[in-house]
Amino acid sequence: MDINAKQNEIIEEFSIFDDWMDKYNYLIELSRELPPIDPKFKTNQYLIEGCQSKVWLNAEYENGIIKFSADSDAIITKGIIALLIRVLNNQKPEDVMNTNLFFIDKIGLQQNLSPTRSNGLLAMVKQMKLFAMAFHAKNK
Amino acid sequence: MSLNIHKIRNDFPILNQEIYGKPLVYFDNGATTQKPRIVIDEELKIYLHENSNIHRGVHYLSEQLTQRFEDARKVVQNFIQAKSEHEILFTSGTTQSINTVAYSFGERFVFEDDEIIISSLEHHSNIVPWQLLCERKKAKLKIIPVNDEGELLIDELQKLISPKTKIISVTQVSNALGSVIDVKKIIEIAHNHNIPVLIDGAQSIQHGRVDVQDLDCDFFVFSGHKLYGPTGIGVLYGKEKWLNKMPPFLSGGEMIKKVTFDKTTFNELPFKFEAGTPNYVGAIGLAKAIEYIQSTGIEEISAYEKELLTYATEKLNSIKGLKIIGTSGKKVSLISFILENIHHYDAGMIIDKMGIAVRTGHHCAEPVMQRFGIEGTIRASFSFYNTKEEIDKLYYALLTVKQMFG
Repeated sequence: MDINAKQNEIIEEFSIFDDWMDKYNYLIELSRELPPIDPKFKTNQYLIEGCQSKVWLNAEYENGIIKFSADSDAIITKGIIALLIRVLNNQKPEDVMNTNLFFIDKIGLQQNLSPTRSNGLLAMVKQMKLFAMAFHAKNK
Repeated sequence: MSLNIHKIRNDFPILNQEIYGKPLVYFDNGATTQKPRIVIDEELKIYLHENSNIHRGVHYLSEQLTQRFEDARKVVQNFIQAKSEHEILFTSGTTQSINTVAYSFGERFVFEDDEIIISSLEHHSNIVPWQLLCERKKAKLKIIPVNDEGELLIDELQKLISPKTKIISVTQVSNALGSVIDVKKIIEIAHNHNIPVLIDGAQSIQHGRVDVQDLDCDFFVFSGHKLYGPTGIGVLYGKEKWLNKMPPFLSGGEMIKKVTFDKTTFNELPFKFEAGTPNYVGAIGLAKAIEYIQSTGIEEISAYEKELLTYATEKLNSIKGLKIIGTSGKKVSLISFILENIHHYDAGMIIDKMGIAVRTGHHCAEPVMQRFGIEGTIRASFSFYNTKEEIDKLYYALLTVKQMFG
């Protein structure tokens, strides 16, 4: 499935929630399903520090696709990370680099990605794209 | 006389609205306070009918507004009981006020190996300007420690003071914990050693009476926007004897007496420190806010806010797993707390969705968080327009948070 198909799938999933509480409960559920990051990456080197919550991110490049792993100390942030990884994992660097992440806005979580929120998520998206750019450049 | 909260709430137009379909509960008064209608109307009236640059023109509008700006200075003077209106300088806020003293006093009086004392409860605004001064002058910064209750260990100050100590700069109320510091005692100790003291009043001025002559502080600073006034206006009170000795901080128009290309002579106080066109609309707005507070009664405000603090402390303490950080017996109406095993960011997101505005994070006081070994807190800060019913709403919101993340 390509990035946009995955985004549309998430939008579809979230469309059943008309209550914000259900939506956040779902994010909490997703946070529990996020595969744990290898503890060796939970160090300052992999830390994307936000003002409010911390995010650790690692990326590996295998057989032409990127594998992301990540964690956060805040649960809602972790739930959104799970969504980001679902969308961007196992994709080609050029696809990740150029992607427009419209699903966040569509499911009403844009507030979490505003620069003023500074929870590390915006920086995380940037870092994911930077990893993709680096792998892409290496490929050439 | 007790306050008529219903009437007071009607004076603040912003309070009468819904957020996410729920009535707004504004508990972020430590960050900024809301404005009564008379302050908003005053600013509007100036821009609609009275605007003109002050201290410049000979024309009618300029003269009228210059008079009102100088009247605003007198309102502030009277409010904090300064000896002279020349000792009231308008700045953009607490941060600029502290920077002015750190730069200007530092330029004239601080040299290599000298020492400056601050406390471990300071906001970054009362840390960084002194750190930069210390770097410029190769001076040292010393810190008054704090106990587990969030009270300053004033007895330790004696040990920190040396013949090299040039100035002490401390907050009157901790913005992160709410503890009230006995600054009068600090000033007494400092003055026994002839050391001047700056008091950061950003979190105290809105909660109780301030008398700078009774305190005998050398400098007192605060922001207008935390005192129900406009943003971008603040005050630096300084004793005339210090201000006269200090060189100007910013330079430009208004602060000069005579300019030639060889030499510039500076204007008298307070204008020496008010370079450029001052925020005269803000100053007049601030005076209106002060008049509003005076007519409401600062003692009455203080008493009611204490009632809110007591009520909220009991209510929050009844939540299992909730821990209040800052348990001094002397606090303003501000409560910082953490929830066991729940990130403050997660809690803040959910509380927000219930229409309740609180602050989460380190509150620009990272050393305080480090002292208590935490990353951040949830901070609810109450004002005299808040109610016990609103505190109940926060209580139920926190129960929901616990249920969701517990």
